[in-house]
Amino acid sequence: MNALTVTGLNKSFGGLHVTRSVDLNIEPGERRLIIGPNGAGKTTLFNLITGELTPDSGTIELHGQDITRSPSRNRAHLGMARTYQIITLFGQDTIIHNVRLALLGLSPQRWNPLIDLKRQSGFTEQGQKALELVGLGHIADRPLAQTSYGERRRVEIAMALAQQPKVLLLDEPFAGLSIDERRDVHQCLMAIPRDVTIVMIEHNMDVALEFAERITLLHFGEVIVEGNRAEVVNDPRTREVYLGH
Amino acid sequence: MTARLAALVVAAIVLVTLPYWMHGVYYVNVASQILFYAVFALGLNVIAGYGGLVSLGHAGLFGIAAYATAYTLAIGFSHTAAIVFALSFGMVAMAIFAVLSLRASGIGFIMITLAVGQIIWGLAYRWISITGGDNGINMHGRPEPFGISLSSPYAFYYASLLVFVVAVAAMTIFVRSPLGAALMGTRDQPRRMNALGYHVWLIRFYACLLSGLLTSASGILFVYYNQFISPQALDLTASAEVLLMVISGGAGTLLGPIVGATLVVVVKSVVSGFIERWNFLLGAIFVAIVILMPEGLVPGSARLWRLAFRKTPPAAAADKAEEAP
Repeated sequence: MNALTVTGLNKSFGGLHVTRSVDLNIEPGERRLIIGPNGAGKTTLFNLITGELTPDSGTIELHGQDITRSPSRNRAHLGMARTYQIITLFGQDTIIHNVRLALLGLSPQRWNPLIDLKRQSGFTEQGQKALELVGLGHIADRPLAQTSYGERRRVEIAMALAQQPKVLLLDEPFAGLSIDERRDVHQCLMAIPRDVTIVMIEHNMDVALEFAERITLLHFGEVIVEGNRAEVVNDPRTREVYLGH
Repeated sequence: MTARLAALVVAAIVLVTLPYWMHGVYYVNVASQILFYAVFALGLNVIAGYGGLVSLGHAGLFGIAAYATAYTLAIGFSHTAAIVFALSFGMVAMAIFAVLSLRASGIGFIMITLAVGQIIWGLAYRWISITGGDNGINMHGRPEPFGISLSSPYAFYYASLLVFVVAVAAMTIFVRSPLGAALMGTRDQPRRMNALGYHVWLIRFYACLLSGLLTSASGILFVYYNQFISPQALDLTASAEVLLMVISGGAGTLLGPIVGATLVVVVKSVVSGFIERWNFLLGAIFVAIVILMPEGLVPGSARLWRLAFRKTPPAAAADKAEEAP
């Protein structure tokens, strides 16, 4: 059974057809890279898969379960987590509180109006572990406002990992990072265990190509080329629409 | 932490002993007003401050609880029945109000609450058989819990203080709780909260219910205090006034709405005795707050305090310790 199956997915914004009959079959444990020029509909595809947008037609299945119509929050409970291309964090809080919110989101305790969240050592300990995975354990209590861009990218990843997802969607995890930061993020992505399926949008071809096993090229909302690393990179259409001459 | 505890003890002593050193019944009554308006402001602060959902119709809900109390008494029921009915009716009204308003957030939410608030005001004004229209409803007497008559201003002060303390305690617990954290999360990043597995709409709905409970409680105190309710108490100006209490004191803080309520009530009832154009004064104070401390009096003062005493925030101090060889 596939980890994630997308069949005949379509989405239009008015006259703009941003996703055109997209099919994706992603196997458990796979590392899939999605590439394409700006405006190819990569992030829209992610938003459809995570439920932030509703498709006009087509189906999405997570481990064989049809989730096309279920809201984002249910998909999170079914084991889907994502990071955002535009960093979307709780800027007034500390790093650990951001991760704690990620953990709380999947816990029945999230409805509890009486206990003191900061004293729930379980959340703090698990959050600390997730932060150590991305190398931020030592600054867990730092307010987010005092962190660098690269650290925030890693907080995004820590929040997703804290939820122990089965399918992880990474939207440009290397965007805007320095070479050193890129190496750090790359290391923490490589360390993610194989039972997690990863779908990644990325423009940084050097790091992304090393990471991905299969690559899907999107262009004007359509899947143009799909295959393993060598097949896609050597395909003339990839050169034409994406890599340039 | 100990400084905070000391401040809490001092505040408790001041509030409990207030009727003994405050000269004149008038000022004790002003203190009662501050307390129940503070409960009202705390109620609005749940959604406006912590939930990022600004309501311009809260005086309507406040009025519904007040009218429910007055009407239940007028048709011959006991005080207990009136209070229980007013609280439950207020909550039901809040639930309907929330279902209508939570279809939107941001400016959409403000506009729907404004409209619903105006509808409630219109009903109070026009549904004469129940509300008495412009004449309002007069009441006679206050409850006598455990044989203590609240007709005395001192006893009423303590009743208001009790409700106030319960409201502050409830808010303190709520903002530290997971649900409180989730509510603040939906204010800052609703999309992200949804993707993390939270039911954003339901969290906001529960917050509205808590807001409605505090608002109704203050509406009941208000009507018992004045022994009278008329449509004026729930017009747009009243909604704007309580919103100004929240914003001027500091939305999304525990102390802010209390400070804001104190400011507005003191200027309205005490300073107005000395300055005829007190409205102008209140306006000038709000403008000054917006210019000098846009985040509100409580967070603004805290910021100035830190600036004056050059206190580094704890996290920055920790960084320095880390960097030290």
